[in-house]
Amino acid sequence: MLHNILPLFIVIPLASAFLNSLLGKRIRGFSDILSGVATFLLAGFSIWAAFLFRESGVVVYKVGGWIPPIGISMVMDGLTVFMLVTVNVIAFLISIYSIDYMERYTDKWNFYCLFLLMVSGLNGVIISGDIFNLYVFLEIAAISSYALVAFGVEDEGLEASFKYAVMGTVASSFILLGIVFLYSLTSTLNMADMSRELIGKGHPHIVLLVSALFIMGFGLKAALVPFHAWLPDAHPSAPAPISAMLSGVLIKTLGIYAMVRIFFSVLGVTPQILNVLMVLGALSMVVGVCLALGQWDMKRLLAYHSISQIGYVVLGIGLATPLGIIGGLFHLLNHSVFKSLLFLNSGAVEYATGTRDLEKMGGLRERMPVTANTSLVASMSISGVPPFNGFWSKLIIIAACIQAQHFVYAFWAVLASILTLSSFMKVQRYGFFGELKERLNQVKEVPFFMKFSMITLAVFCLVGGFLLTYVFYSDFLKVAKDVVMSGQDYASIVFGAIR
Amino acid sequence: MSVYFLCLVLFCVGLYCVLRKRNLIKIIIGIAIIEYAVNLFFVLVGYRMNGRAPIDSPGQSIVNMVDPLPQALVLTAIVIGLAVTALIASIAMRVYEKYGTFDITKIRKLKG
Repeated sequence: MLHNILPLFIVIPLASAFLNSLLGKRIRGFSDILSGVATFLLAGFSIWAAFLFRESGVVVYKVGGWIPPIGISMVMDGLTVFMLVTVNVIAFLISIYSIDYMERYTDKWNFYCLFLLMVSGLNGVIISGDIFNLYVFLEIAAISSYALVAFGVEDEGLEASFKYAVMGTVASSFILLGIVFLYSLTSTLNMADMSRELIGKGHPHIVLLVSALFIMGFGLKAALVPFHAWLPDAHPSAPAPISAMLSGVLIKTLGIYAMVRIFFSVLGVTPQILNVLMVLGALSMVVGVCLALGQWDMKRLLAYHSISQIGYVVLGIGLATPLGIIGGLFHLLNHSVFKSLLFLNSGAVEYATGTRDLEKMGGLRERMPVTANTSLVASMSISGVPPFNGFWSKLIIIAACIQAQHFVYAFWAVLASILTLSSFMKVQRYGFFGELKERLNQVKEVPFFMKFSMITLAVFCLVGGFLLTYVFYSDFLKVAKDVVMSGQDYASIVFGAIR
Repeated sequence: MSVYFLCLVLFCVGLYCVLRKRNLIKIIIGIAIIEYAVNLFFVLVGYRMNGRAPIDSPGQSIVNMVDPLPQALVLTAIVIGLAVTALIASIAMRVYEKYGTFDITKIRKLKG
């Protein structure tokens, strides 16, 4: 059964993007319904796949019937299931939100077309078992995101999009160069086969060069600190649903997931690489939050926090202990929930008041109760206040740092968390509490679909901690952790699953 | 060996162009050069001296062929490069309409 579902994750968004570009202009309301239905199906299928995965185990889909080391393959294992659920559920909620929000722009169908292309690129990166295919899907997602950042065709958007496109393209070239070196070393493109060849060859020195190229390439896609310059420009300039998509899932899929898959499953991690990852993670965590403290533009502030939170994820995964990896992956999921929610909140505020400047807001709680309460939930989640999901994942990461005797990293993680809290107190104080400004008297709450997405995400924030309870943990987080922990056994697992 | 070295030089020329030039169009050209360098390197990886075209026909033994796979992949990479170049060029045109200049030091509405 899972065999038949697997290709649908690419086929559905690709086909509906095509139909959107064909019919969206002619039939009014068509693109809203089509992309809503498509992303709903994707979310449903991803959750169904997670259930089916319990019985079937690892599944390999052979594209065109060719046996994998020769043909292209799609692989579904624990980490894939985990990422698919994260991406597709968030994509569904954002697509619902866009129905009302994107009314401000012309050519809504173009937006949906690019959005669905981006989703198909993300899903493709996640399920691809072939390294060149991974690169192609990565480029699909990246190119559509360059276009989406410039979607408003305003000055800032165009400038940010140009910057993002140039840096993203250079990063992609580094990734392609790394793939070329790996191909010349192993004479194969299938990731499992490549991993097997690399084990056979011991650890050749060229792998170090390849690792450096991949850290540069994927590090830029993930916006780790020395490579972060594009993110604070690109994310705020995009329309709010796209900011949510970029911060929520794109940097994680193209950056973290691809990095984890290649370093842990294909190349095999060495202590040096883990050290580099941990240093980059800690650096992003602290620098991101320090830069965020001085911001008054709400979306720009959130964008800097994305850098900081990605640092937590990379730090957790870089520890490479079971606890650290669980913490990292769980934080990845939680961050995609609350950061999407915060960006949707900022979009709602911009929709209602026309400004993103915190100094011009104030007292919106009276006028926009839903937005204010959901943003309060998200702010408490991101700063790690106990009942919400962000608290649990940060706690696990800090505990993992202490368990692995990395007390310095634990200290920085705690410090960054405190600074995050102070920064979000500023957002709440100036944005939603306090006196209602004179000119904001006419502000109305946002329409239904926007409220629906925000409330759903807020509920996820509230109940996210339950994923750590035994029932969900063993089927969802643990299988993802096992994939990362098993490392280069990936090869034998995948070849064992080919029938 | 010198071919690979020249390929590296080409890559560095492109990188220099992206990093140091102020004109948007020159940056786009730099990106194109980087892509060409990587593609060229990819084809070189599959090439062998005095090899023949990888076409299998009856009566011929499979020896001394160039590797066809990188050529197929480079075709894909070229198409991706074309898409990126076209997109960036169109963005640069819109930037020019808004700002009236191609100089990146004058296109500075975003802070930090």
